[in-house]
Amino acid sequence: MRPVYMVSGGVSKFAKARPDATFQKMVKESFDYAMNDVPKLKHSMIDGSVASYFSDHFTRQLMAGIMAVDYLGLCPKPNKRIEGGGATGGLCFQAAWESVASGRMKVCAAFGFEVMSHVPTWKGNEFIALASDVNFDYPVGGFYSGYYAMMVNRHMHEFGTTVEQLAMVSVKNHMNAYGNPYAQKRRKLTIADVRNSTMVAYPLTLLDICVMSDGAATCLLADEETAFKLTDHPVKITGVGTGTDMMRLSDRPHGEVMLAPNEKKSDYKNLKYPGVHSFRAGRAAGLQAYKMAGVTDPLKQIDFVELHDAYTSSEIQTYEDLALCKYGDGGKFVEAGYPFMPQIDYGMKLPKKGTIPVNPSGGLIACGHPVGATGLMQAVFAFWQIQGSIKKHYGDGELQLKKANRGLIHSHAGTGTYVTVSIMERGW
Amino acid sequence: MSPIVIKQPYHIEYLHSYGQDSPFFAGLSNKKLLGTKCPKCDYTWATPRLACTQCGGETDWVELPQTGRVHTFTTCYFGGEEFLKETPFHLVLVEFDGVDTLLLSRLLGPEQPEDIKIGMKIKAKFRRNSQLKPTDVYFVPAE
Ligand SMILES: [Zn+2]
Repeated sequence: MRPVYMVSGGVSKFAKARPDATFQKMVKESFDYAMNDVPKLKHSMIDGSVASYFSDHFTRQLMAGIMAVDYLGLCPKPNKRIEGGGATGGLCFQAAWESVASGRMKVCAAFGFEVMSHVPTWKGNEFIALASDVNFDYPVGGFYSGYYAMMVNRHMHEFGTTVEQLAMVSVKNHMNAYGNPYAQKRRKLTIADVRNSTMVAYPLTLLDICVMSDGAATCLLADEETAFKLTDHPVKITGVGTGTDMMRLSDRPHGEVMLAPNEKKSDYKNLKYPGVHSFRAGRAAGLQAYKMAGVTDPLKQIDFVELHDAYTSSEIQTYEDLALCKYGDGGKFVEAGYPFMPQIDYGMKLPKKGTIPVNPSGGLIACGHPVGATGLMQAVFAFWQIQGSIKKHYGDGELQLKKANRGLIHSHAGTGTYVTVSIMERGW
Repeated sequence: MSPIVIKQPYHIEYLHSYGQDSPFFAGLSNKKLLGTKCPKCDYTWATPRLACTQCGGETDWVELPQTGRVHTFTTCYFGGEEFLKETPFHLVLVEFDGVDTLLLSRLLGPEQPEDIKIGMKIKAKFRRNSQLKPTDVYFVPAE
């Protein structure tokens, strides 16, 4: 395999609804944004593309991927569609990485979109719930927020995690998004606001849960030689990992923890793993990516994380999967302030503020979750952080981290059914 | 110009087969809760599967106990469109003695989520008129 770099990225504004544009047009917006940022990249230099979108139900259009490709003028070059639920974008990013790493392509475009506004919210929830076993799960629950609520109730039972700790994640991510013009929800909230909002699935409230969106994102990946011809500031992809788990939450086994390099067997003497409180796929993906990137102590060696916070609870669970803290300590990790941005005032006392900022963009909770675009959106935001170009792209530099040499992006599907982790580093 | 938005109805009647899972649903209409067990590994699934994930062999149908405990729970105040009219409802993952995995079901009886405790004993009840759905079984507090 040869080294792969990200040379540019673009996102469309994420919004509740975009009746002014079809999905092709939204993809084109994000693609043109990415192309304009690397003027030396000519359209003819793109060798192929990968399309990322989750649900045919939402678009009521099969083979939508190729329709975006022909709109972009990338025919007759290679393309394929990638699909893996919420992790579709992360899988697409890695598929583009594979195309370049293998030598098949010098430049590959990864684009993703989702158009979720064409059906009412509760029909949308039904469509999403069809990504659970339709023999045994969908007809009983039919609701992903319910599945995640069951997971966090067990997490609270096992580890003493509190609803206030969940709410802190929501406060953090909404506040971070305040400076991100692409985010759908930019709000200054308190813990009380989160707890007092409408209860959706106990103990998760409306503000613990991400929203549906319309939107698109594009990442342009290239081999080393091409990357340095196109930009002085390419970002190297140094680690990729993908994990899977059983679709049905009820089937998750009770075995032993897969240990991260910074952990010991004695840390988890009595923990039955993954149970319904942890994501084995997330840990598997993280460990693969760490190994490839040479990360042995993630808290020290990674500068920031953009992770799949579809729920405040899943952000806390994911700190643990990524070994940023030990299994069970996720609640205390957020309470101490580790994942908050150093430069932002959250109106809370946070002794460890800024140790490892998580979701500096605002994450899914505040940016929105147009499924097929989400994992690529994270790559774009991480790319800008590492390049130091947040001010250029957001119009304001408040969200730029001083130290952002190595970032981690994380994309997650189902109740942890597919998870991808990719590590991106300063390449120059 | 402002975009033109039209309505497009979309209705389908699926002929959904439960396939190899069919005996589970037949069991429910006979007030039996069926799981599966691998004859080689002894691993037992509360949510049945005919193939063993440990060794790849075919599993046998076994009858599960009709009492268990709440492994975890939630109360859904909203849901997918199909289930909105049933809200609020409680979901539980049921754990059974001697069984390695869990079963997703509804819990009836308690009013509020605060009335449900992890570890509380619950027992299976069966719908009088089977709809051939997994909700033909539901659980109620056992004591
Ligand atoms: Zn077996």
